[in-house]
Amino acid sequence: MAIATTTGGRSRALPLAWKAVKLIASVALTFLGLLFVTFLIGRVVPVDPVLSVVGDRASQSVYDRVYVELGLDKPLIQQFWIYLQKVFTGDFGESFMTKRPIIDDIIRVFPATLELATLGVILGTLLGVPLGVLAAVRQGRLADQVVRVVGLVGYSAPIFWLGLLGLLVFYARLGWVAGPGRIDISYEYDIAPGTGLLLLDSAMQGRWAAFGNIFSHIILPASLLGYFSMAYISRMTRSFMLNELAQEYVVAARVKGVPEWRIIWVHALRNAAVPLVTVIALSYAGLLEGSVLTETVFAWPGLGQYLTNSLQSADMNAVLGGTLVIGAVFVGLNLLSDLLYTLLDPRVRRRA
Amino acid sequence: MTAATSRREWLLSEQPASRRQARLGQGYRTWLALRANPLAMIGLGIVVALVVVALLANAIAPYDPIVGGDLRTERLLPPSGAHPMGTDEQARDIFSRLVHGSRITLMVVALVAVIATPIGLLVGTTAGYFGGWVDSVLMRLTDIFLAFPRLILALAFVAALGPGIENAIIAIAITSWPPYARLARAETLTIRDSDFINAIRLQGARPARIIWGHVVPLCLSSVIIRVTLDMAGIILTAAGLGFLGLGAQPPQPEWGAMIAGGRRFIIDQWWVVTMPGLAIFVVSLGFNFLGDGLRDVLDPKARK
Repeated sequence: MAIATTTGGRSRALPLAWKAVKLIASVALTFLGLLFVTFLIGRVVPVDPVLSVVGDRASQSVYDRVYVELGLDKPLIQQFWIYLQKVFTGDFGESFMTKRPIIDDIIRVFPATLELATLGVILGTLLGVPLGVLAAVRQGRLADQVVRVVGLVGYSAPIFWLGLLGLLVFYARLGWVAGPGRIDISYEYDIAPGTGLLLLDSAMQGRWAAFGNIFSHIILPASLLGYFSMAYISRMTRSFMLNELAQEYVVAARVKGVPEWRIIWVHALRNAAVPLVTVIALSYAGLLEGSVLTETVFAWPGLGQYLTNSLQSADMNAVLGGTLVIGAVFVGLNLLSDLLYTLLDPRVRRRA
Repeated sequence: MTAATSRREWLLSEQPASRRQARLGQGYRTWLALRANPLAMIGLGIVVALVVVALLANAIAPYDPIVGGDLRTERLLPPSGAHPMGTDEQARDIFSRLVHGSRITLMVVALVAVIATPIGLLVGTTAGYFGGWVDSVLMRLTDIFLAFPRLILALAFVAALGPGIENAIIAIAITSWPPYARLARAETLTIRDSDFINAIRLQGARPARIIWGHVVPLCLSSVIIRVTLDMAGIILTAAGLGFLGLGAQPPQPEWGAMIAGGRRFIIDQWWVVTMPGLAIFVVSLGFNFLGDGLRDVLDPKARK
């Protein structure tokens, strides 16, 4: 490390800018690779793209014309180039199912997923961080074991199964929450279109009855996603906190007579917070994945359900568009967590 | 001195006389440490039980997993003495289906491990050994696969290849290898410049021989731990694909697909959904407990 900083003049002069350029280049490359993978998947589909346009009764001349129109006669590289141009102008093609441009469909359904995943990650953080701290402080004791087992259960249970059981118990049997869907039909036209985040929209418009209904719909799937991110966040918090509590500044603080709660919640947790931000961003990305199965169970009209519906009707353009969007958000969140890490930790900033 | 204690001393000897004794002794120490971890032992028990059940499925299952009983009188029966987990909508005994389904689960886990581990090892060790542009290209490729959420990529692959258990296995394997490649590369970097590798190189060994004969064996143990830790995730992904109708096709008794089949009856016939989910849960919990314990024992850094 020391050698690198004394000999690498370039990296010493512009550490942050150079790091940013490298980061952006690597993200751009990753994204290009992502596009190539979806492109290839689209090409290896056993479904003939021409037949899906013209139907199987078209004459040979019509078939040939569409074949050329779709650009299938061109070399693969050129086809990929055309695909790139289309994607960058937001053209993912038209959905075979809804007969609308896929990008419009995705923009329409995305807020639902965003709202669900955001509430999930908030719940997961609010529960996971204190539990992780508790486990670290009581390392090896009963509380630690309990947190560990609760976390491992979260790692092991199929999310769609827990969702179904949750619906059975809390909706069908106890009636504590509303059932599948985002909002009851009777409230659906109560809210003017806004951000698409219904909780936010209804609160801003002062429709509190609708807000209550929406909350009652979202709380079960969000708690479910929250539980899964809690499992991950509490585990990582525990390990970061153990790391911090073993540092010398903790001993110094104890010697000075700083109260134990202050050492834990102020001194140690603040230092553990830096890597935690990364973990929370990653678990947010993980919830996008979990949302595919959760949305199917809860009939949640988001990106995950759009993806599975498209899959079931073999709507390949829509599947690839949705995959690409989720992949892009994933890459974006990874980038964000890298950047936050650099911004929050002065040691990383200097090392760059 | 009895035979048992002398064997124990032979195993724990500080001065092993042969390579075999050293290796067996190391294994015995690992076992002793693992045995002291109750969660890991529960996990091991669950995994062993899964294997036994899968092997003896025909002897254990009281009914046929595919052909149901009398459709008029035996559909959707609650759990009872005759049907310990009840029956499903086609009058099939759920317990028997679960028992036979363990074979599918075990097959998925084993095949994914057999396909993904060598790919990860090959990519990782090659990248680490050669370094330079080979490393850059291979690691960039790995990052691209890591950039996709696993289930989503598997979904896209299955959509392209067509639904079915074989394609689901291929899709999961394609999405599983990148972490192993990362790990193998990191291990390779630490041993690539050691004296014994240089000695072999000076004797004229080709890179392929050095990698397969000398680098891979040293990376194997850490990669295997990682694969064990991943087993639960593999089972859950396979079950998720099955649930979405993209994995094993009916009438195969795949656990995820069984949950999807029972969705319609969940309000009144809760057991149709609950039992297969419980099976998935218990098995992946077993792999998680075992993997967690193995990591504690074999990776001193994680133990603190």
